[in-house]
Amino acid sequence: MKDFFARSLQTTIIFLVVGGILALALGGYFGSASTWFDNSVVSAQTWVSTRYLAIQDFLTTPRDAVTLRQRNVELESEVSRLQTQIIELQQQITETQILAALVDFSHANPESTYKAAAVIGRDPSPFLHYIIINRGSNDGIRRGMPVVTNQGLVGRVDAVIADAARVQLVTDPASAVNVRLQNAKTDAILIGSVTGDLALDMISQDATIEQGDVVLTSGLGGDYPPDLLVGQVLNVRKRDYELFQQASIQSVVDFARLEIVLVITNFRPVDISPLVPATTP
Amino acid sequence: MKELIAFPILTLILVVQTAVIARTPLLGGYADLMLVVLAAWALQDRVTTAWHWALLGGAIVGFVSGLPWIVPVIGYLLVVGLARVWVYRIWQAPLLVMFAVVFVGTLFMHILSVFLLRLLGNPLPVGDVFGLVTLPSLLLNLLLAIPVFAMMRDLAGWMYPIEEQV
Repeated sequence: MKDFFARSLQTTIIFLVVGGILALALGGYFGSASTWFDNSVVSAQTWVSTRYLAIQDFLTTPRDAVTLRQRNVELESEVSRLQTQIIELQQQITETQILAALVDFSHANPESTYKAAAVIGRDPSPFLHYIIINRGSNDGIRRGMPVVTNQGLVGRVDAVIADAARVQLVTDPASAVNVRLQNAKTDAILIGSVTGDLALDMISQDATIEQGDVVLTSGLGGDYPPDLLVGQVLNVRKRDYELFQQASIQSVVDFARLEIVLVITNFRPVDISPLVPATTP
Repeated sequence: MKELIAFPILTLILVVQTAVIARTPLLGGYADLMLVVLAAWALQDRVTTAWHWALLGGAIVGFVSGLPWIVPVIGYLLVVGLARVWVYRIWQAPLLVMFAVVFVGTLFMHILSVFLLRLLGNPLPVGDVFGLVTLPSLLLNLLLAIPVFAMMRDLAGWMYPIEEQV
């Protein structure tokens, strides 16, 4: 029993002494010897640590690379799926905004009944400004019906088949629409051109027209209902030696970006050709 | 029976023309894919149905377009005729013939269109038409000529394979 206590005490003292020396050495109290000891320990630690990390990398990196590659493929497919979804949703938002505007327009103009149609194509010939819509005689579309958007007049139905129709835009070179200038209270004819620009012709020399004057359909001739918005006067050309004034028009409709249009289905054009007197030689 | 492929192909071309090409104009003009395809088809050696394709293409374009139907029918027939005549004269350089046919065919189609539209009372100013429609259309048609020619050559190779002599 005595021996046991003596050995324990001895061991404790040795531990304390050695621990104290190490603590003093690490604390830098032994000068150069302490520095050498520190360097040796730190070097050994660095060497072991470096080798261990190298071995760990060697053993674990290939597995991680495979996992990462798989994960990368998964994430890439997820990203492309989400991008497709975003594009679809953006398309739906755009369509919804257009439809909401068209619904607002139809609510604001309850005197007409409308049929919405999507623009599915344009005329194959660059000389003509026609669009093709996805509504036809099966939907009650007839030749001559006016076509509008919430912004204003687009044109009128030129030809119809069962499930599609061709619409002549007001920008077509052959199009002529009777219009009136709201402020000047005078009538004119709106004509298109091969470039898609709109112009007013046959404006009386007496009329005072200013830039920004609003142009509306007059309803004369029976081709279009009255008071459909067409555009605004951009500039006026008045020459004393000409019979009429001319003006160029800024349309309210962006004809290059037509996606959905409204066909006014309760309007029937009036054929006034029998009333036009025949010219006699 | 393989000849019936003209129907889906020409319909597809019309759909692409009206839905895509007509929506991507250069100034006031755009390419005439039907014309380029018919020219490329007529230039293939073993093809025997080029005239049928021209009639069918002209008919469906005439049906959809606001142009008088006679314009695309006559125009496309002339393009095929031109290609058939020239391909035997300049047989060493089919791509050169392709460019020549597309160039002359486009000009002819536009002249015919303007002439008939003016005859029907459509006031088309010739200067504007040439500068803003015809020249850009010519450029686009010539750009389309090479890829379309290559595709039509592959199609002709599939429809009329060369028989190996034993």
